[in-house]
Amino acid sequence: MLSKRIIPCLDVKDGRTVKGVNFVDLRDAGDPVELAWNYSRQGADELVFLDITATVERRKTMVELVKSVARQINIPFTIGGGINEIADADALLNAGADKISINSAAVRNPTLIDELAKAFGVQFVVIAVDTRRIDDKNIVHLNGGRLPTERQTLEWIKEAESRGAGEILLTSMDHDGTKNGFDNGLLKTVNDAVHIPVIASGGAGAVQHFVDVFEKTNVDAALAASVFHYGEILIPDLKAILKSNNIEVRI
Amino acid sequence: MTGIILYGAGNIFSLTAALERLSIPYGFINSQEDFKKFDRYIIPGVGHAGAAMDKLEKTGLVPAIKELKKPTLGICVGMQLLTSYSEEGNSDLLNIFPIKTLRFQDSADYKVPHTGWNQVYPEKDNPLFKNIPSGSHFYFVHSYFIEYDKTYTLLSANYSTEFSASIWHDNFYGVQFHPEKSGVYGETLLTNFSKL
Repeated sequence: MLSKRIIPCLDVKDGRTVKGVNFVDLRDAGDPVELAWNYSRQGADELVFLDITATVERRKTMVELVKSVARQINIPFTIGGGINEIADADALLNAGADKISINSAAVRNPTLIDELAKAFGVQFVVIAVDTRRIDDKNIVHLNGGRLPTERQTLEWIKEAESRGAGEILLTSMDHDGTKNGFDNGLLKTVNDAVHIPVIASGGAGAVQHFVDVFEKTNVDAALAASVFHYGEILIPDLKAILKSNNIEVRI
Repeated sequence: MTGIILYGAGNIFSLTAALERLSIPYGFINSQEDFKKFDRYIIPGVGHAGAAMDKLEKTGLVPAIKELKKPTLGICVGMQLLTSYSEEGNSDLLNIFPIKTLRFQDSADYKVPHTGWNQVYPEKDNPLFKNIPSGSHFYFVHSYFIEYDKTYTLLSANYSTEFSASIWHDNFYGVQFHPEKSGVYGETLLTNFSKL
């Protein structure tokens, strides 16, 4: 059986790991490569790095990060953050990234998804979507959830799939940082509507939240950051409980 | 020493990084002359099987590959190239294994690409899987699969249908998953291959 995946997410700025609560104030949580190595040893199935470096040197710093991770880590990883063009993606692929995650650039220029899928294959293209509810509608947001767009979340995800997205990373900005659980209603709607893997993100605070998201939505993977970084949930314990709930995991 | 056949189909940084971590010496094969420098070979590959075959043909290495007598491991699309045909691009391939590469049917329960960790089960005894328990997980990412075949399937896996996670015929081996991304057991497999 194909396993459900547990994915720690590392937010990286200037080569160091940070995690924002609701993406606003940032705390330093260490060296990304060391953290990544620890997670792979604990049984993480995959890693996501979101690079929020905002300098002109960003591509170079991301490439260096990806190379160090690929040299030392024996599980797959995705890199995201400010990827705007084919050349960015090409540099990251050649540095050893398994997938790239695109967010704002895809919303602003949807044909970028077609181009990336054609150049590198759909398996390389993860579309990250930050969603927030406004007047009972799920609306795509940009800039770390601060800037609402005119796109409705489900409609955008279906368009991304048809253009060549290989996977969807869906973050509920209403749930992110609350530790009250994933947005299972929206995740189920999205997961039922697409034929590509969906990664749930935003709201993990307890082991039960992971059990719930897999049981209620059947998503392929669940991503979290702070609960893992601060040791509030240990991956071996989490997987043992998932397994005891008859959820397929890699142990 | 392991020779990696270079033909421009995808990035091999992660593969060479894994070999370095495991202290497995390797070099590259760009021409027919290079084959004799090595005692085993890896055919890497990601992306489109038809496009990969076109690139491989342009290197002029195809006749030499078909004649190889030393252990040869195809990884992912590099494995699919060893089969006779792929539905991807309706392409004729190396035909070292007279079996086909087909596309998964997608459905709500079986999304395509088949992405993630799936279990593999040995169909035969082979030193490539020494110290790797039956039912171990390996990392897959692919939309096309090699059909299950009683003669050639070395490891089976299941994703909407039973398929070949690994194939074996004489000195030729293939794995559909990515050993360089498959944790400790993936590394064990690469080490086993280096000792065949």
